[in-house]
Amino acid sequence: MTNDKLKMSNGGRIIKVAGPLVVAEGVPKARMADVVKVGKNKLIGEIIELKGETASIQVYEETAGIGVGDPVVSTGMPLSVELGPGLLQSIYDGIQRPLQELLKASGDFIGRGIAVNSLDRKKKWDFTPKAKKGDKVKPGDILGTVQETSLIEHRIMVPVGIEGTVDEIKKGSFTVAQTVAKVSGKEVSMLQHWPVRKPRPFANKLPVREPLVTGQRIIDTLFTIAKGGTACIPGPFGSGKTVVQHQLAKWANADIIVFIGCGERGNEMTDVLIEFPELKDPKSGKPLMERTVLIANTSNMPIAAREASVYTGAAIAEYYRDMGYNVSLSADSTSRWAEALREMSGRLEEMPGEEGYPAYLGARLADFYERAGYGVCLGSDQRKGSFTIVGSVSPPGGDLSEPVVQNTLRIVKVFWGLDYALAHKRHFPAINWLLSYSLYLNNLEDFFKEQVADDWSNIRADAMRLLSEESELEEIVRLVGIDALSAREQLILFVTKSIREDFLFQSAFDEVDQYTTLKKQYYLLKVIITLYHEALKAVEGGVELDRIKAMKAIPQIARARLITEAEAENKLAQLASDVVEEIKTLKGAAK
Amino acid sequence: MIKEYQTVTGIAGPLIIADRIPDAKFDEVVDIELPSGEIRTGKILEVDGDRAMIQVFEGTEGLDISSTKIRLKGRGLEIGVSPDILGRVFSGLGKPIDNGPQIIPEKKLDINGAPINPYARDYPNDFIQTGISSIDGLNTLSRGQKLPIFSGSGLPHSRIAAQIARQARVLRGEEKFAVVFGAMGITFEEAEFFMTNFRETGAIENAVLYTNLANDPAIERIATPRVALTAAEYLAFDLGMHVLVILTDMTNYCESLREVSAARKEVPGRRGYPGYLYTDLAMLYERAGRIKDKPGSITLIPILTMPDDDKTHPIPDLTGYITEGQIILDRGLERKKVYPPIDPLPSLSRLRDKAIGQGKTREDHPPVASQVFAAYSRGREVRELMVVLGEGSLSDVDRQYLKFAEQFEKNFLSQGENENRSITDTLDLCWELLLILPREELKRIRDELYQKYAHGKR
Repeated sequence: MTNDKLKMSNGGRIIKVAGPLVVAEGVPKARMADVVKVGKNKLIGEIIELKGETASIQVYEETAGIGVGDPVVSTGMPLSVELGPGLLQSIYDGIQRPLQELLKASGDFIGRGIAVNSLDRKKKWDFTPKAKKGDKVKPGDILGTVQETSLIEHRIMVPVGIEGTVDEIKKGSFTVAQTVAKVSGKEVSMLQHWPVRKPRPFANKLPVREPLVTGQRIIDTLFTIAKGGTACIPGPFGSGKTVVQHQLAKWANADIIVFIGCGERGNEMTDVLIEFPELKDPKSGKPLMERTVLIANTSNMPIAAREASVYTGAAIAEYYRDMGYNVSLSADSTSRWAEALREMSGRLEEMPGEEGYPAYLGARLADFYERAGYGVCLGSDQRKGSFTIVGSVSPPGGDLSEPVVQNTLRIVKVFWGLDYALAHKRHFPAINWLLSYSLYLNNLEDFFKEQVADDWSNIRADAMRLLSEESELEEIVRLVGIDALSAREQLILFVTKSIREDFLFQSAFDEVDQYTTLKKQYYLLKVIITLYHEALKAVEGGVELDRIKAMKAIPQIARARLITEAEAENKLAQLASDVVEEIKTLKGAAK
Repeated sequence: MIKEYQTVTGIAGPLIIADRIPDAKFDEVVDIELPSGEIRTGKILEVDGDRAMIQVFEGTEGLDISSTKIRLKGRGLEIGVSPDILGRVFSGLGKPIDNGPQIIPEKKLDINGAPINPYARDYPNDFIQTGISSIDGLNTLSRGQKLPIFSGSGLPHSRIAAQIARQARVLRGEEKFAVVFGAMGITFEEAEFFMTNFRETGAIENAVLYTNLANDPAIERIATPRVALTAAEYLAFDLGMHVLVILTDMTNYCESLREVSAARKEVPGRRGYPGYLYTDLAMLYERAGRIKDKPGSITLIPILTMPDDDKTHPIPDLTGYITEGQIILDRGLERKKVYPPIDPLPSLSRLRDKAIGQGKTREDHPPVASQVFAAYSRGREVRELMVVLGEGSLSDVDRQYLKFAEQFEKNFLSQGENENRSITDTLDLCWELLLILPREELKRIRDELYQKYAHGKR
């Protein structure tokens, strides 16, 4: 929190306490969304309603022991994040308090009223100036850089609201709070504050152009997400939402990852905390943690801080986007965030909308997802950055008609619908290919043509067509049995089984299988589609389907996903031509 | 100095409203003295001006407006703990009910606890062998995990929980082990079953029981799991024991919560349960876990009966979103006389993959488990198909899957209530069953493993 600039004024007093909601009267200079300190323990809270002399406050910490008459003072500042070098590799709670510092202050269990700085005030960073004395600068211009981690160069930008001539710029080692430059008489340090609920501006927002490559075959090939796009993963519990989110955080080709564990399991966060520092970036071989910011507000941590956590994450993500990076934010799960909203709304005795959620649920969700985007950042160098949001939703009973899912779907462009039946069969990722969609495919077609292969979209379309035919055929099989199908139809079932089991199925725990490059994805699917087209010709030419099924290449296809990246292109191209050859001999024998 | 107030102005359901008590703090405990001199325990749910809303754990029967006295305790609800709690039986609020001596507390702990800092947690990846094949092999339990049993009325969840409590152990080393048992609104027979079971096996020495029976005050149940978990935290993180906590039945707990919420006239969520049910359950379940550099652990097995076996009912649904998986009992299997009737397909242990494999159980465990799942799932589909189309329409492979499913239920899922299968036996059994199927069907198993383990079993 923003202790150093904290202006204490004479306080008001509490008149009501109901769980995380506290009502106080006579708080001087109370403004909506300002942060206040509640009670003798100075618990952190935020003003969410003003009515005459009274202010309703949501408190970010447990309120047990607070009573009527306890003091409330306003800090005079809205809930803000600290931005500057040192964010990466940090693990914060929902209001940007470093968990490590909390551990030092209160031990294994989180205590109350602990005020700590979000960024280390003692650590020194090597500041290399990029601007010169006398330069004219405006907000977003890069004053200098700091090598924050070996992967990421942190660009110190002119804060919004400061503009003019550089009077002085320093070089050397500084803490975040020390002045590194003077612009038109104003001192600029490496530390900035930004109110979390206010989006940081783009200079110019643009349509998306590139995919965010995740290495997950069903996502990259079938339901692609763009850099700067939005996606949602709804699914009942146990359908693998969190595993998908983890895979994205681990493998997506974003420069910066912000991962928000919002009201989820403590052990899952621990898994992330233990695993991420050990994971290596596939490109650089450095620990993934060097490009990651984690925000952990588990389900048993105070509910109001859960509400704030997604905004804290978004503000940090936007800050790195402003430097010109591709940032990806995972929020797991937005349902818990919505429930926090619902609980506070209920305590405020607001008129409930659908299922008790407040009427403004849709608007709040839209505000949040709309912070994503690709475009030109502030600053005169016209650098571009992107901010992608992937939110998971945990609908009660897996019922997709509930308000959080429905309001989310109205905004996001990619939908990865997780399916309980698939999870049952341990088909992971359990993304249902009939239900899911991506609205970015047209925007991204050129990219795939240039970077992967000309016939990428044809192969993808073939696969989708076959999968949808499969579902219709399965209906028929269920009614009248497989013998009622023609040879062509039986072939479709045979091929789609291969698409499902040999392409879409992907193990998150197998070293080779967990990440697949776009090239390998293409070749892998190409083999299966080739098999289909060639076999179709053969079957129509009189070759029995059983002979196709007995082909030598079939078991090879089944294991092709485990071929290493280095060998993939050669081996898979070879396999495709083997398929063609083998079917040719079958056709020869049939004649 | 304890102030006494005689200012009750309203009594409704489990709640009383008291005026003119300006010192009341949110979540503070109060003593409530009845006209008869009886003392009950209450907790402040809300303070508004000088008015307080108080929830009475033992119920409001017999209270009146004019002479009921309230004394503020100036603290939250606490229990006294010491190593002597082992082997004892307490009420749902933590008072001894086994005619034994009072506990001389080593320290007093607030039953609400505090959230474990996620940064201080250690990941639960120590395999616990329960001796039950369908748990060990397919939905493995880890130390520090919270794995609920989703059951239905009349299913043998108590027997399974008792079997787990009896047989659970880790593969390496002997460590201090304890069971904390929290009973909420269960019948005398059910509670007696556990107690007898613990007594007969000598487990009672290392067990602490907190019992709120069906005829005990319903609101007391809201405190019971907290009391049990507070004792568990003490045993685990102060005394370094590995604690298995069994909470039964969470459905009764949630109903008490609903009762209080309704009395407070709160806006209800689904099926009348309060909107904060998720958060409330999370505050309980999340107390399970391990802490870095501390020897102990809390493994939590909550049991809940799903009303009408409906998994989408708010209680199992929200539980499933918090816990690390679920063990689901199936009435169909129960009818087939399969004990334990655990349906492995909808059951899940989220921590399984970190707790099994090379160095933990056996290298073939992950692929074998994955393959067995896929095969049994397919076998069940074939069985459904057969019902519609008749056996004649099945292909040869289908028939093999059908046979697999039958054998799997008969030999793998079924086992004796006192049968303690080692993990090696469980995995060997998997291989025997998988060999019913042709090699091409076993896509999830690599050649090396197949060579190594399938040989000699044909």
